[in-house]
Amino acid sequence: MSFGPFLLLALMEGMVTAAVLSLAAVGLCLVFGVMRVVNVAHGEFYMLGAVIAWFVASVVPGPAWAVFLAALVVAPVLVGALAAAADGLILKRLNYDPEATIVATIGLLYILQQAALTFYGPDARPVAAPFTWRIQLPWFGYSGYKLFVVAAAVAVLLAVWRLMTRTRAGLIMRATQVDREVAGAFGINVDRVYMGTFALGAALAAVAAVLVVPIQQAHYLMGGDPLLLSFIVVIIGGLGSLRGTVIAALIIGLSDGVISMFFTPTLAKILATLLVAMVLVFRPQGLFGQKT
Amino acid sequence: MKVWGLHLAVLAALALLGLVLPQYHATNLARIMVLAVFAMGYNLAFGYAGLLSLGHALFFAAGMYGAGLPAWHWGWGAAPALLAGAMAGGLAAVIVGLLALRTAGVSFMIVTLMFAKAFALTILYFNSWTGGDEGFVVPDTGRALFGATLAADGPRYALAWGLFTVALGLSLLLVRSRFGRVMVALRENEERARMLGINPYAAKLQVMGISGLYSGAAGAAYALLFGYVGGTFADIQYSILPMLYVLLGGAGTVLGAGLGAALMFYLTDVASSVTDAWLFVVGAALVVLVLFAPKGILGWVRARWWRDLP
Repeated sequence: MSFGPFLLLALMEGMVTAAVLSLAAVGLCLVFGVMRVVNVAHGEFYMLGAVIAWFVASVVPGPAWAVFLAALVVAPVLVGALAAAADGLILKRLNYDPEATIVATIGLLYILQQAALTFYGPDARPVAAPFTWRIQLPWFGYSGYKLFVVAAAVAVLLAVWRLMTRTRAGLIMRATQVDREVAGAFGINVDRVYMGTFALGAALAAVAAVLVVPIQQAHYLMGGDPLLLSFIVVIIGGLGSLRGTVIAALIIGLSDGVISMFFTPTLAKILATLLVAMVLVFRPQGLFGQKT
Repeated sequence: MKVWGLHLAVLAALALLGLVLPQYHATNLARIMVLAVFAMGYNLAFGYAGLLSLGHALFFAAGMYGAGLPAWHWGWGAAPALLAGAMAGGLAAVIVGLLALRTAGVSFMIVTLMFAKAFALTILYFNSWTGGDEGFVVPDTGRALFGATLAADGPRYALAWGLFTVALGLSLLLVRSRFGRVMVALRENEERARMLGINPYAAKLQVMGISGLYSGAAGAAYALLFGYVGGTFADIQYSILPMLYVLLGGAGTVLGAGLGAALMFYLTDVASSVTDAWLFVVGAALVVLVLFAPKGILGWVRARWWRDLP
């Protein structure tokens, strides 16, 4: 295969990474933007989404596409409910103090990881893709499902965009983001907004995981990489800016695809983590954020 | 007077325990004392100066590799390796501090986390030289100290105890000195400290350096006493453990770090003999501590009974 098609393949793989990553990162970004909470357990919500998808696939009978649709509904709902419970039981009692919530979500990370190891086991298990079409390009064949992942991610992102900008719920969330106290004074139930936001953020991670699980397998340690990459994306995109997050996910996803294919994934990650540290030190508002 | 009496009594009790305890527990205790030195270093930054770092695994691993690599590649003995490890930890902390201390709060946590992650990945990247994920065993020449070998039980306990004693004594002197009050002032109110003529950036950088020296010395001792150096010690988990020890024992108390390390070590030891779900214990302990006992054990003792406990 010559260089051109090789690059095309790298870019297409990068697009898939970027699509999944942008979903997970937007979830993290919403939680940070509205609640000012850095959720270290975000990667474990992602992992839980994949594990629940596997459980759904093992109990629901029927054709692969029906099972997949069931997982796509069940996993985000369950993960969202769990996140809402964690918010009510832990984060709310800490009064959303930024440093205490980080420590608490680190604890949550270990608890969820151990629970997955105990009840699901150390094996990586696959979930069947809902369909197995292949698209034959002149140089190589490509999985149609991967293109579907990109399309589905775009659809979900557009839905989140509409929710935040065109609906009453989005207006309330943005109002709470700007000023929690004033929002409360105008009769907004801030506790409920926070609980809903935390659940929505976790549910987005679960959706990303259900989409990815036919490509990668479900494994109890799979949350680490998405967490790191989501952090990188959210910080480079400007903490709390949804548009910046999506742009940064595209850049990181595509460059990760290209660098990983031509160099090594470890080098790509070293460069990305150092870039994040430097961005936070020298440009805390992010590469695309505005100074406030 | 009472304060020095208490700390000397603890040291004497530890020395005695080394002589009377059965071998399994003596080795555990040596491990705990080394980890306690790591936690004391963390405590100086977090408990006293209020610097909540998520990157101390970097300094611990820097000490470990700073001691282990020369011992492995160039056949250094234990004494220079130990010194090199402590220096490597301090140097790494100053370099990270120079950049990370330009930020505060949540940003500081994430910047230190990212530096530590980048360092852990770098160890894997140069795996032909560092042993990567599998790590390497420290050769016997590197574990020889003044004619004794640190692989033997007696000298191992003695060195762990000696390091713990030096670390505890220096901690106590430091927090009761003028600089100790500066650290607490920075934690409580940085702006007011600045008004009093303290340069917060310079003072915090010193704290980071000292904390890094402690962590590096602990990492180097861990490598030489237990004979193994590996990439897992640079993982985020080793940044979380000292924080957990300090939160449990009491942030901002000199003895808290050691008490937390001992309790947590035996808690996970007992838990892993009953089930293999010891990570669950770590997670639950973090959540419970931060929810119900943010001051830790000795912090509570200080609030209730002994106001002058350092």
